[in-house]
Amino acid sequence: MEPDGVPTPPDEVVRPRRAQGPRLGLGGEGGRSLLIAAVSTVVFFGLLAFIVVNAPGWPRFQEAYLNGPIFRDSLPKVVSKFWVNVQLFLMAEALILVFGLLLAVMRSLPGPVFFPLRLLATVYVDLFRALPGILVILMLGLGIPALRIEGVPKDEFFYALVVLTLVYSAYVSEVYRAGIDSVHPSQGAAARSLGLSQLQTMRFVIVPQAVRRVIPPLLNDFIGLQKDTVLVSYIGVVEIFRETQILSAATFNFTPYVATALVFVVVTIPLARFTDWLIARERGRRGTGGVQVPGRRSRLFGRLA
Amino acid sequence: MTGALSIQGLHKSFGQLEVLRGIDLEVAEHEVIALIGASGSGKSTLLRCINLLEPIDTGRIVIHGEEITARGVHVDRIRRRVGIVFQSFNLFPHMRVLDNITLGPRKVLRRRQAVCESDAMALLERFGLADKATDYPDRLSGGQQQRVAIVRALAMEPDVLLLDEVTSALDPELVAEVLNVIRELAAGGMTMLIATHEMGFARDIASRVCFLDGGRILEQGHPAQMLTDPQEDRTRQFLTRIIEAGRL
Repeated sequence: MEPDGVPTPPDEVVRPRRAQGPRLGLGGEGGRSLLIAAVSTVVFFGLLAFIVVNAPGWPRFQEAYLNGPIFRDSLPKVVSKFWVNVQLFLMAEALILVFGLLLAVMRSLPGPVFFPLRLLATVYVDLFRALPGILVILMLGLGIPALRIEGVPKDEFFYALVVLTLVYSAYVSEVYRAGIDSVHPSQGAAARSLGLSQLQTMRFVIVPQAVRRVIPPLLNDFIGLQKDTVLVSYIGVVEIFRETQILSAATFNFTPYVATALVFVVVTIPLARFTDWLIARERGRRGTGGVQVPGRRSRLFGRLA
Repeated sequence: MTGALSIQGLHKSFGQLEVLRGIDLEVAEHEVIALIGASGSGKSTLLRCINLLEPIDTGRIVIHGEEITARGVHVDRIRRRVGIVFQSFNLFPHMRVLDNITLGPRKVLRRRQAVCESDAMALLERFGLADKATDYPDRLSGGQQQRVAIVRALAMEPDVLLLDEVTSALDPELVAEVLNVIRELAAGGMTMLIATHEMGFARDIASRVCFLDGGRILEQGHPAQMLTDPQEDRTRQFLTRIIEAGRL
């Protein structure tokens, strides 16, 4: 349904163009274009491989980055430390979703009464978006424990969690806010006209609609967060990246980095695909005014079939 | 008949644009007032001011003896007593019809859910919408959506109902079902202010027709007299254009 509530009568439902994810652009006459695509792919990647393998530095490169025994040795080790990143990521994500929404709602409350809240949230978001994450991690992660205040935790993991939450909440609150702004003002007027207060209007009418719309961009931010968990290695958390550095230093070889890169690729790409799928589904829903289109095929391979 | 609504010297500007330039209007209980006039004459703004969706510049609005435009009046409490239905329905798309209707009674009047739902079902039944209770708004036709919007406003049991060109966004064949709902409400004694372009409807249903022009009520009177023998030139010109468009 359109945000301003203009209706789409069910009998006039427009069939949406089939929602599409990343397109491979294989339109046209099935069999023939499939053949051309296959040939051109083989030629292109074959040529690329030929150039790389025949480069003058290839043997040394192979030894430094693609060392089989070192790879087999380091992969289980980095994977075991990756659980630290996963824990950090999952906990931070939960906190960010709540804190980011709080900031967004604070910034979206109208009227002079709420000015202090708006100011506070605006300054916060500006500040944490301005600062490079690595600086915040170093300053807070090393600075606050150095104060040696009684009762303040000394655990690096705790500070890693706090800092990632602080930094990412600023970004996520802007995503939420875009969602809140995308809900047509007439929705707010309708809720207020029933006598709902400003906060009730937010809670029951605006935010539920806003959150639904921003789930795909939120997931996109979480792909970023997943990777940025390696930054906390700088305050001494032994996670996948720190472990990789240790392994690399011990063997004078870069192959552990390749193993770690592989871990991130394997974990992140499904999330990215899932996000694309959600975006496509959302587009399909808007096109039909909330009606699900049944029997949709895989985004990536759907057009090949 | 006691005064349900009294508006005195109401002014409202948006920046430099003065939209309402001194509105005076007395509405008795059970009266149905049709507000007619060209687009931009201030009909919608007047209704939004009565619902306090727009803050007024000067003037007074009194509902059942209480000045709602006084300082320190709790706007949410006033809005419970003044229902408004919009041109574009503005149903909440993420809620089922039933939840759309019970939201106000549940959260504002703090009634029990079961009570709200049975009241809502009774209203839906009355307007032939009972089978739509668990549908989402986008499964409904425009006419059905607008009837649900009216039911949503009624569920708050308002003293006054404001209808802001409620049929203007509808396909012609869907207009009648909405007008019939309003007719029934008028017959039931609901005090209403109706901004409308449906002159035939205004003639049938209104106890009084007010012609707005340039932010003032230029002329008002009984519908038969107003629509056939207006005193003011501007009213006559407006009605001539309406008749030329085949709307009367």
